[in-house]
Amino acid sequence: MLQRFPFRRLRPALLVPLLGLLAACDRAVFNPAGDVARQQRDIIYISTGLMLLIIVPVMVLIVVFAWRYRKGKGGTYDPHFDHSTALELVIWSAPLLIIIILGALTWSSTHLLDPFRPIDVHATEHEAHAPIEQPLRVQVVSLDWKWLFIYPDQGIATVNELALPVNRQVRFDLTSTNMMNTFYAPTLAGMIYVMPGMQSTLHAVLNRPGNYEGLSANYSGAGFSDMRFQLKGVDQAGFDAWVAQAKASGRALDLAAYEQLVKPSEKVPAMQFAAVDSDLYRRILERCVEPGTPCMTDLMEHDRMRGGGNPHDVRPGAGMPQRGNSMPMHGSKPEGAMLRSPDEKGEMVNTNRFKAPADHHKAPAQPPEDRKISAATPASVVAAA
Amino acid sequence: MAKIPHPAAAEQAPTFYVTEDDHAHAGSPTILGFWIYLMSDALIFATLFATFGVMSTSFAGGPSPREIFELPLVALNTALLLISSITYGFAMLALDGGKVRTVQAWLLVTGLLGAAFVGVELFEFGTLIAEGATPQRSGFLSSFFTLVSTHGLHVTVGIVWIGVMLVQLSQSGATPENRRRLLCLSMFWHFLDVVWIGVFTFVYLLGMIR
Amino acid sequence: MFDQSLAKTIFGRLTWESFPYHEPILVGTFAVVVLLGLAIVAAVTKFKLWGWLWREWLTSVDHKKIGVMYIILAIVMLLRGFSDALMMRAQQAIAFGPNEGYLPAHHFDQVFTAHGTIMIFFVAIPLISGIINLVMPLQIGARDVAFPFLNSLSLWLTVAGALLVMASLFIGEFSTAGWLNYVPVANLQNSPGTGPDYYLWSLQIAGLGTTLSAINMVTTIIKMRAPGMTMMKMPVFCWTALCSQTLAIAIFPTLTAAFAMLMLDRYLGFNFFTNDLGGNPMMYWNLVWVWGHPEVYVLVLPVFGIYSEITSTFTGKRLFGYSSMVYATVVITILSYLVWLHHFFTMGSGASVNSFFGIATMVISIPTGAKIFNWLFTMYRGSIRFELPMMWVVAFMLTFVVGGMTGVLLAVPPADFVLHNSLFLVAHFHNVIIGGVVFGLFAGIEYWWPKAFGFKLDRKWGLVHFWGWVIGYWVAWTPIYIVGLMGTTRRVRHLDDPTLQPWFVIAAIGAVIIAIGIAAFIIQIAVSIRNRDKLRDTTGDPWDGRTLEWSTSSPPPPYNFAFTPVVHDLDAWYDMKQRNAGRPKDGYLPIHMPRNTGMGVILSGLALVLGFAMVWYIWWLAALSFAALIAASIAHTFNRNRDYYVPVDEVERTERGRQPLLTAGA
Repeated sequence: MLQRFPFRRLRPALLVPLLGLLAACDRAVFNPAGDVARQQRDIIYISTGLMLLIIVPVMVLIVVFAWRYRKGKGGTYDPHFDHSTALELVIWSAPLLIIIILGALTWSSTHLLDPFRPIDVHATEHEAHAPIEQPLRVQVVSLDWKWLFIYPDQGIATVNELALPVNRQVRFDLTSTNMMNTFYAPTLAGMIYVMPGMQSTLHAVLNRPGNYEGLSANYSGAGFSDMRFQLKGVDQAGFDAWVAQAKASGRALDLAAYEQLVKPSEKVPAMQFAAVDSDLYRRILERCVEPGTPCMTDLMEHDRMRGGGNPHDVRPGAGMPQRGNSMPMHGSKPEGAMLRSPDEKGEMVNTNRFKAPADHHKAPAQPPEDRKISAATPASVVAAA
Repeated sequence: MAKIPHPAAAEQAPTFYVTEDDHAHAGSPTILGFWIYLMSDALIFATLFATFGVMSTSFAGGPSPREIFELPLVALNTALLLISSITYGFAMLALDGGKVRTVQAWLLVTGLLGAAFVGVELFEFGTLIAEGATPQRSGFLSSFFTLVSTHGLHVTVGIVWIGVMLVQLSQSGATPENRRRLLCLSMFWHFLDVVWIGVFTFVYLLGMIR
Repeated sequence: MFDQSLAKTIFGRLTWESFPYHEPILVGTFAVVVLLGLAIVAAVTKFKLWGWLWREWLTSVDHKKIGVMYIILAIVMLLRGFSDALMMRAQQAIAFGPNEGYLPAHHFDQVFTAHGTIMIFFVAIPLISGIINLVMPLQIGARDVAFPFLNSLSLWLTVAGALLVMASLFIGEFSTAGWLNYVPVANLQNSPGTGPDYYLWSLQIAGLGTTLSAINMVTTIIKMRAPGMTMMKMPVFCWTALCSQTLAIAIFPTLTAAFAMLMLDRYLGFNFFTNDLGGNPMMYWNLVWVWGHPEVYVLVLPVFGIYSEITSTFTGKRLFGYSSMVYATVVITILSYLVWLHHFFTMGSGASVNSFFGIATMVISIPTGAKIFNWLFTMYRGSIRFELPMMWVVAFMLTFVVGGMTGVLLAVPPADFVLHNSLFLVAHFHNVIIGGVVFGLFAGIEYWWPKAFGFKLDRKWGLVHFWGWVIGYWVAWTPIYIVGLMGTTRRVRHLDDPTLQPWFVIAAIGAVIIAIGIAAFIIQIAVSIRNRDKLRDTTGDPWDGRTLEWSTSSPPPPYNFAFTPVVHDLDAWYDMKQRNAGRPKDGYLPIHMPRNTGMGVILSGLALVLGFAMVWYIWWLAALSFAALIAASIAHTFNRNRDYYVPVDEVERTERGRQPLLTAGA
């Protein structure tokens, strides 16, 4: 019974993954609609194939040796076989060779598929797929817990709905308001982090029309699971019609509407805005949406221009501006726990921590009170605006 | 008696057990262990230095190094700490000579110099906070206060340790145990000197010329 | 009004609302825990075992007992961590489309955070520490570790950390920010509750224990080897323990510093990882992963050592390519420090940086591959006895190579762009942690159990345990690999696509099969204790071992060796057996031993109170326990009654008692 066990193990080890791979093949990652995602899939295939060159023989040898040299069943026993220079050379150089090939592939493909790098005209399959003009610009902001897409050239904005014309290169500029998320449309291209106060960039192209899904792939708090958006691949005419439809929606994403939108909410339905402040994305990125807050570039400029203190004054801080001027200019960061009076302590406890799941069925758009989440719906945003 | 001859090579007669004095490898491992601890502590400082490096220009519109650092005060502090290292060296020399009273006197001087160092640092912090340059003000100030006060905290621990050793010495004199402890404390104290030189150079001097 | 202010001064933010009495799952769990606790207390009282427990175990500085207590802690915490896993699997198996499942987000997020935290910090690390403690001093022929009191303190600090995590289950809440307590989720403005504070305090306390333990083990290996045991004659397990613990010393300070900075952010409003005022959340990710990736090797290296010892013993051969195994271990130790950025290729570091870290990661697979080949060629021309430990080794090799392959795949940045944060990634690291670390730890427990307790573990239940884990692993994680390849991401509480549901149901079934394996493990231990006379190991060398731990009786006397062995060859005990080295039967000398002390328990208890008080903002209690901690530490330095000599007649009596047991070498 014991002797047979290596073979038994093979069934779950090999058969199920193979079946699974077949099933996985028609899914987004393995049947992508975008050229970048397609190249990334090919790299997975090539790397896996390269590694199987060494993995498969090793697995076979493990089983064969375990079977052949079991005690008292045939195989020669040589207790002094513990060194062989030739074998050592093989066992170090075989993986080394594979890694050299894989390393070369890694170096070139990482540079070729760098998200910051615009896609080559010739990198695409057919001339027809080649990007025809300047890339379409889309500014992406992750809010708690929904996606805001701003089309600066079209002057429109959407929430949880991204429409792209097929076969046209897109340049995404991405940032976040509070949490770190990952922008991920599996069928389009690989994922990229979106971070508060920072900008990431992603170049991609969609080659096949259709309705797809995108999501946040990085856990960012309570509403994370439902932080998904629709990805619509349409032809140029369809895209123009979609833009026109957004323009006709009549709502504008002005400051008041944005303030309403930025509040935490989950399971937010798609929204369209006919107009958007052209400077909004920059102000979100530089964390100065609220009037009166200085933008990051201004702060840095200000920091650079500041002179030094009086070198002859021995008091620490003698060169500083008057007290009060050095107080924080913005930020509603809560005070540290130890700096508060006892009276304030109690407010910090998340009481009523667990909520019956039934609440979700009744009113999915009505978030629980304990997280102080407001529900953002198109109606509420417009009402506030 | 433990020498059991190998049947094939009786003349070699290898020994398989230590039957006599069992202290062949009994040298105290404490010094090595304390070294390793110091290295791990050095890595805490390395992390804090690296953090300071990342945040040293994140003024967020708040004060910059040139506005808040006063080199004369820092120079005084550096001198205090370096001299305290020398006085600790005198204590160790006296320990080699077995003069417990002299050891205690030098330890006391070292401790007082350390206390003066901490006092000056607290004065510096107090003034900065009164000026509004609090650690809550900017990333730069957070990392500055954390790095410098972590060092100051270590010096404080060293002072407490010196106090304990003064009592230990008066209770039991220069026993091997106390000698070992004084040696560890010596490494600790000199280590803090080295860290301070890093702080002085990378935080204060570099901050002033940036 | 005054009353309320007074209550907040006395109890901080602890109120009646902090206790989840309105949550039936937790009340039920709490009731079970209380009943079990009362039953244990009653049993200990009834059999008058309190004194024995305190004198023989809690205050013990014996490395073998400390090792056993580490392992007990790890097994208890494994049950907790695995319950979390079952809850997650159940939620993900049912929460599709309109069905929201049974766990609300706030609860689900705590469950996956607690699962990761507990499994790494309170299961894997204590098991590694436990087995190193138990085995390493015996293998190098030492009587104890370099710093026996520090060893006891390390253990109890780890226990204190574990207790603080467990307290969060019933008082307040645990972190929802993921197993490394990621900012910005863990920032004060996003998580004002007790969760991240529980996380930070428990891991700072336990992390201190781990660092001290690592310093202790490295010093022991360097300074206390038996005469004749040069570095290149040291058993492979000791080499891997040395590398792993050196690595731990190198990385834990970074984690301590990162957590301390987050504490300053949360308690004093500093700006290290905040979004505004110059803070930088990405720095936290870098710092925790500078710890996080080497940590994988801290866990897996000693386990590679365990596999090496077992393969060598059960094939009846010296390990193939001992020196190449040692070099591979050292190379992995160094390289593991240079790869942390592969945990966030998608953060946009640029192509050259990503390529560097990607290729550095792949290079690690070369020495790892060499290790696999070395075990393979140790089996070649061997005479393999398929005892339970050896079965785990073969299961490990077949499972681990798959995990290694998916790991290299994830190291290719363009592939990582689509696989990062997916369930494929989650399946990969469970593949290497379960298939590598956990299988190896079970192999080690099966292998060294007779040395620790003097009887073997029951084979029948051991087989159920083995097959439960091996089959359960593949059934549970193969579907997760597949849904990961389909683009499903991690930490998701609810999915819309119903076609994915069957995969999650299969995964849940796999988890249940693993649960059977765990239950069989507990039963195996119980059955073995009941049948211990039948399973008794009378020789001290039940497996025909090759290293020094098998040269003494099972269990060894408190001083391990009456006469320190002298080493002439790698596989010292095999060499002694070959050359009929006899043990001296008289001429005993008094043996110098460390005395037991309760200070480890006391200091750790105070640390636990300090942590709890800080979590709940009970400042007076925090100040009090901190002052007590300092005072007790200083008082301990005045304790001069730390060691004693075991007199010759007692050594003689012990040795005469065990001499008949040591037939193999006599």
